[in-house]
Amino acid sequence: MKEILGRVHSIQSMGTLDGPGVRFVVFLQGCSLRCKCCHNPDTWEEGGGTLYTPEQIAEKSLHFKEYFGHDGGITLSGGEPLLQADFTCEVFRLCHEKGINTCLDTSGSVLDDRVKKLLSVTDRVLLDIKYTDDALYQENVGCSLNLPLNFLRYLNEQKIATTLRQVIIPGLNDNRENIEKLKALAKDHACVDKVELLPFKKICQTKYDAMGIEFPFAHIPTPDKKTMDELESLL
Amino acid sequence: MKHENWTGFTEGIWQDEINVRDFIQKNYKEYKGDSAFLASATDRTKELMKKVQELFALEQKRGGVLNVDTETVSSLTSYEPGYIDKENEIIVGLQTNHPLERGINPFGGMRMVRQACEAYGYKVSDKIEEEFRFRSTHNDGVFRAYTEEMRKARSSHVITGLPDAYGRGRIIGDYRRVALYGVDRLIEEKVKDKKNLANYDFNADTIRLDEELYKQIDFLGLLKKMAAMHGFDISAPAKNAKEAIQWTYFGYLAAIKEQNGAAMSLGRVSTFFDIYIERDLALGILTEEEAQELMDDFVIKLRLARHLRTPEYNELFGGDPMWITEAVGGMGEDGRTLVTKNSFRMLNTLYTLGSSPEPNLTILWSAQLPENFKRFCAKVSADTDSIQYENDDLMRPIYGDDYAIACCVSAMKIGKQMQFFGARCNLAKLLLIALNGGYDTSSNIHIGPQMPVMAGESLDFDEVMKRFDTYISWISRLYVNTMNIIHYMHDKYAYEKIQMALHDTEVERLMAFGVAGLSVVADSLSAIKYAKVRPVKNEEGFITGFETEGDFPKFGNDDDRVDLIAKDMTHKVITELRKTETYRNAVHTLSVLTITSNVMYGKNTAATPDGRAAGDPFAPGANPMHNREENGALASLNSVAKISYDDCRDGISNTFSITPDALGRTEEERIANLVAILDGYFAKKAHHINVNVLHRETLMKAYENPEAYPNLTIRVSGYAVNFCKLSREQQREVISRTFHEAM
Repeated sequence: MKEILGRVHSIQSMGTLDGPGVRFVVFLQGCSLRCKCCHNPDTWEEGGGTLYTPEQIAEKSLHFKEYFGHDGGITLSGGEPLLQADFTCEVFRLCHEKGINTCLDTSGSVLDDRVKKLLSVTDRVLLDIKYTDDALYQENVGCSLNLPLNFLRYLNEQKIATTLRQVIIPGLNDNRENIEKLKALAKDHACVDKVELLPFKKICQTKYDAMGIEFPFAHIPTPDKKTMDELESLL
Repeated sequence: MKHENWTGFTEGIWQDEINVRDFIQKNYKEYKGDSAFLASATDRTKELMKKVQELFALEQKRGGVLNVDTETVSSLTSYEPGYIDKENEIIVGLQTNHPLERGINPFGGMRMVRQACEAYGYKVSDKIEEEFRFRSTHNDGVFRAYTEEMRKARSSHVITGLPDAYGRGRIIGDYRRVALYGVDRLIEEKVKDKKNLANYDFNADTIRLDEELYKQIDFLGLLKKMAAMHGFDISAPAKNAKEAIQWTYFGYLAAIKEQNGAAMSLGRVSTFFDIYIERDLALGILTEEEAQELMDDFVIKLRLARHLRTPEYNELFGGDPMWITEAVGGMGEDGRTLVTKNSFRMLNTLYTLGSSPEPNLTILWSAQLPENFKRFCAKVSADTDSIQYENDDLMRPIYGDDYAIACCVSAMKIGKQMQFFGARCNLAKLLLIALNGGYDTSSNIHIGPQMPVMAGESLDFDEVMKRFDTYISWISRLYVNTMNIIHYMHDKYAYEKIQMALHDTEVERLMAFGVAGLSVVADSLSAIKYAKVRPVKNEEGFITGFETEGDFPKFGNDDDRVDLIAKDMTHKVITELRKTETYRNAVHTLSVLTITSNVMYGKNTAATPDGRAAGDPFAPGANPMHNREENGALASLNSVAKISYDDCRDGISNTFSITPDALGRTEEERIANLVAILDGYFAKKAHHINVNVLHRETLMKAYENPEAYPNLTIRVSGYAVNFCKLSREQQREVISRTFHEAM
């Protein structure tokens, strides 16, 4: 069998924001979506990145096992790890062999057999529901809201622990109605045990500048702390 | 032996011999609960602290020194008792007549005293000048014996920070003995030891020890007299918590009146005090609030301790530190934790009195520490940036469970081991001297074995290593010999009488060597090995720079290709050092620690093959070079953890700065994650870590506007400083360090 190689954008040995506890976070290269709020445009291109075997990544993550404590482990993020489902699946399988907790950070836009196999070795999914309104979703992500919702339904059937995440973007989803919908989603899917609201950030502007492309949300301000606190309190 | 003041304590061999550990083990009560029991500062404490803050502000306003008493030579009884506010103090005693007034201590060297006085606009009184005209100091002795080569090593800065002009420090008296036994009993034991010497042959070693014992006994008498001047009779054991703290403090105070050593560390007193506090609480003669008040007042006294230093000294050891290091926590050999309620009270002083660099609170971390204590430590770190962590699971098997830390990272058994402190060798400069065949281009000094400048268009790794080995072995011998002179003379002219009186008579000695610039050397050798390094020569044919082509692995990325170069380097250095015999058969140890001298070392070192420009600072301690880490914080920690404590028994210092958001979203998460990081780092057998949780912007604001941040405390290399007390250059270097940020 031909060795599966993964395309890796970068590695963060100490992630504390992508999944529970202290995590070894691998950002994969390549994404088919073009979210206007994206803060990692440098991970879009599907041909780039550094090539790694699943064994190499699993072995690297093992160097950090002592730091994981009760909650930590490995997180594969992106880019979109679902585009490299075979690779991600093999990394997770190897990590499970070594007793390392696995976490998948995804937009949930693909759900085929390969992804289902990947989810069978995934301990937690961080599911990014960018908007709860289909029109907004279509306009600012480029596909239908049904994709992540289907994905969520499957996670619920498989009883895979799920964190719902949403980036709060002023003028688009920083309202009560959206939060209520998120809450309803969490309530209707028993697999969801946590909802995280993340403030929209603009430090990625430099990446867009360096790539010579326009940041579509450059004009949108970051949400203030008061708004974030208010929205959090609705959860 | 029995004493009425010991009523209520469990009996043990501690009564029949001087054995504080046995007393602690038989009597302490471990505490696994949380911090909810802690009391806050009383009004009295707040009032007193306000006065102290005003004095600190005035000291800062006067350029860092409030006042100097130029008329008196500092010693145990040479000053009248001083007070901040006599009626409102619970624990008493100041170094001089007035708080923050600095004394003069010429026993280590008169020259430095003179320079320090002049730097702050004072002049040593004629009386003292006259007294010391006919008296040899430690400094006089050393320079009478230094060889020409030693002087060159010193002036080229290849070995720097040698304690040859002031007190050597790094000795921890077992100050607890004063409280547990009272001074009369301590004198009695020393008199017995002295009489016992009659059974030995009187060779030079015996004669020296005999005279030392005479001095120890003499100074124990002075200690009693000093306490009596304050209205206390400390001949008998302390009978309650207040006395135990006061007696112990008198022991420490006597040490800092007698000696101006660089590091005057405290030891491990918190759990010892807890035994007395628990006894008083049970008797109903002390409340929790009063217990905290006792600790607060004790800590206020420690925060007032000062020594008079020269500006050159401050360049090496910035921020006016005393290294009043107190080791807190750890585990006992029997598996019980040594954490007590008073470990919490000691840390709580950072809240009751506000954050502060002193005392240098050092957590002895073990995987087995109670979870509640781990979490409290992490919270204190995140809130105050004032504490450091060292690996108890690594040190306990070597030093037992009653050791403490001198200075930053130097472990020793309390009262049983002492250290001959010895600065550090600039390894990066040594590499350049080796490449130039025994010539230092920064100081224009020919030093070491003379050979041709390294030939070839680009540097060959194997040839460079062969050459470097020759110079490492040369400097190692020179370094040991230099240290031998320094400590011979210090024993002769500035022997630590009270501190050694609070040690066993038969003491084990450690001789602590050090290296600076380890990550610069590792990266430079990695560049030579994995990239192409072309030396650039000046008109005289000496190498003054490098052109490096291609990429190479850099220390701090958990990459064995370079990490093992660093690890092997320390092994090589300690192995070479061990080849030369030490004064008084001290055990050779090695540290990777720079204090703030990494700035000065960099300033005195030409460009290096790793791409570092001439004059640029080194990274502090064992840290990877700034901003060369590509895989985040844990990869950087893993690289440092690979350096073996077996090679570096005097400690491996790592300073870690992280922004709060990179540690987690909520306070709860940040605490849990910091605990996980510490557990992980120490499980990797790492030795030490300073933790700063703060934004670079905060430091930049403090840099621009120091008055607005008088109490901003940060951990540097093995100790903490008020950011505002650092030199501008040191501040810039701290700001330029890697801050691990959220992506």
